[in-house]
Amino acid sequence: MAEIRSLEKKSCLSGSGLTKVFGFGNQKTVAVDHVDFNFYEGEVVSIVGESGSGKTTLAKMLLGLISSTEGEIYFQGKKLDIRTQRKKREYWKNIQAIFQDPFSSYNIFNKIDSVLLDCIHMRGGRKFSHAKKVELMIEACSFVNLKFEELTNKYPFELSGGQMQRLMIARIFLLKPQVLLADEPTSMIDASSRATILDYLTKLSKETGMTTIFITHDIGLAYYVSDTVYIMERGKFVESGSADAVILTPKEPYTQRLINDVPKIYEAWDLSTV
Amino acid sequence: MKNMLQQIFRSSKFLIGFTIFMTMLLTVIIYPLIVKDEPLAIIGQGTFFEPGIYVNVFDSINSTHYTLSLNDAAARRIASKLGDQERLDMKDWLLAFGIPENEIDIHDNTKLMELWVNNYDSKLALGMTSAKRNYYARLDKSLKGILGTEGVIIAIKNTETGLLEETNSIVQTDYVNIGQVSSIRILPLGTDNFGRDILTELVSATRTSLQIGFVAGIIATLIGLTLGLFAGYIGGLVDDVIMFITNLFTVIPGFVLLILISFSIGQEQRGAITVAVVIGFTSWVWTARAVRSQVVSLRNRDHVNLSKLSGHSIVHIILADILPYIASYVIMALILQISSGILAEAGLSILGLGPKTTEVPTLGLMMNWAMIYSAHVTGKWWAYIPVLVTIAMVSFSMNLMNTGLDQVFNPALRD
Ligand SMILES: Nc1ncnc2c1ncn2[C@@H]1O[C@H](COP(=O)(O)OP(=O)(O)OP(=O)(O)O)[C@@H](O)[C@H]1O
Ligand SMILES: [Mg+2]
Repeated sequence: MAEIRSLEKKSCLSGSGLTKVFGFGNQKTVAVDHVDFNFYEGEVVSIVGESGSGKTTLAKMLLGLISSTEGEIYFQGKKLDIRTQRKKREYWKNIQAIFQDPFSSYNIFNKIDSVLLDCIHMRGGRKFSHAKKVELMIEACSFVNLKFEELTNKYPFELSGGQMQRLMIARIFLLKPQVLLADEPTSMIDASSRATILDYLTKLSKETGMTTIFITHDIGLAYYVSDTVYIMERGKFVESGSADAVILTPKEPYTQRLINDVPKIYEAWDLSTV
Repeated sequence: MKNMLQQIFRSSKFLIGFTIFMTMLLTVIIYPLIVKDEPLAIIGQGTFFEPGIYVNVFDSINSTHYTLSLNDAAARRIASKLGDQERLDMKDWLLAFGIPENEIDIHDNTKLMELWVNNYDSKLALGMTSAKRNYYARLDKSLKGILGTEGVIIAIKNTETGLLEETNSIVQTDYVNIGQVSSIRILPLGTDNFGRDILTELVSATRTSLQIGFVAGIIATLIGLTLGLFAGYIGGLVDDVIMFITNLFTVIPGFVLLILISFSIGQEQRGAITVAVVIGFTSWVWTARAVRSQVVSLRNRDHVNLSKLSGHSIVHIILADILPYIASYVIMALILQISSGILAEAGLSILGLGPKTTEVPTLGLMMNWAMIYSAHVTGKWWAYIPVLVTIAMVSFSMNLMNTGLDQVFNPALRD
């Protein structure tokens, strides 16, 4: 599959020398250290690294939620310019995210309806009739096997972690962005709902053809979902390439270690056994 | 939300504070409906009348008299007439006259009077100055007046003849029923230095002070909240500028600034609301700092990031994604600001920089008056203790509510 795509590879999101330094002096942390990357349109990319390696920081820079200390980001071949509020909002129509912790991702004072309505409005549906909006929300919920009638007028914290992440995917379904950054979307939820979440995610990226950047500390998971893999160690990309190449024939000892942490890489993500 | 309210009212601290506060608030609202006097009306000619029930003498004379033969009436009369000084003076005379000391018991009214009546003779000099002899003569006369049984005659001067015409007479066994006396005034807290009813004044003062507290507290909280929200959320240059101003205000203590501004406004321009506004404008600093630090810790949360990604504007994010999360905190800050506003007014007024004195009383002004007329030196406790208690209760109840809320909002503090 990776080979077929490579014939018409078009760069979607790329970066050169991207760096983020937190604090200064003795307190200085280089969270992301001069990384270069090129994510192609429509592919599923995994960024794999252990805790604290800088994955979330990189994701937030790509999302324009924090500024970079150094380096450039290119979106669809053009240097990313999000210096004004208006440009940022324009950019966020193209790139969306699912965060690590569903429990802190929602505003606890807003009902689920408003979360979904925001997405419809962002896609220019502010003037839609109420019936049309409800129809869209029902469609989005049923994509992730949630029942809108049961969710309407409820608050996100009344849902389980797995349901919250599914609602996040429903959000993406409505927004249909060109790029999705999923930052360890399954790390905070119970093992039994992980496979379902991943299934909906891969289904969504296949159906919409959106570029999906999947962040994880689990290299087995990366192998299961992605075309391309980037291995991150202490803020640097130490190895990258097609999922098969990196995981089946790792060059770096760090990659080797990550692989050894997952005992049976081929069976671990065989869905029938999860 | 409903659940939160239930929890708040289950906190005993909050409940006690709330009850005290509501009682005061209701008193302040209901009392003026019942007692319609002007709070600053001068009713007493003289200063610092003691708390008590004041019965009109003229009305007592004119109401129906009942005769009650009560044995202890005379003794009580004597006791109230015989002060400690008089007893000692009587003892001195009797000693000089030659009565042995062990026979004189100045605490036994009947015996002392007996000795006096039997022995006193105004003609005896006993080596005393004439002033002293006159004093004893007067004392004797007033004591005999009490002991007499012939009573007092009430007379009216005939305007034509100039003669006194008897209209009524009162004897020692005459009583009136207090319910039939047409004019009685209860002064539970007496009067102040100007002869004003302290209770009425205190209620009105509490009301004004609460108003000042609310106005000052709301102004301070609004300014502090707005600056804190913007400094904390937007950061960068906006944060630097706001924090620079805030630091300026921190370096100059708010109270000093308050004194300077109040002084420069001048006595005439200082109404209660003006003072409240000045207090509000000088006390927002710590609210701004506290709100800012809360916002800084909130602005990088994922729900804020999600709101950004959902295309919301900065104002929307501040109002919908930040403000609700710090609302409980802001309410607590408001309560503290209100109570410190009341204290600030009291402090200013004690220094003579409070609201102008002619319109309305405030708790601080009452303290100021009590101090100027040295009520604390002369032991007129009713002029300042009730005011102090009121100030303490307002502050205490609000702080209790605040700790109660803190326990609900901050689970780590729950017992
Ligand atoms: N706002 C911040 N201020 C200071 N240091 C930060 C901040 N955010 C992250 N860091 C530091 O940057 C480094 C990378 O953090 P990051 O959250 O990107 O790691 P991660 O790979 O996402 O880890 P995890 O798998 O645990 O989520 C860490 O050392 C962290 O302490
Ligand atoms: Mg992370």
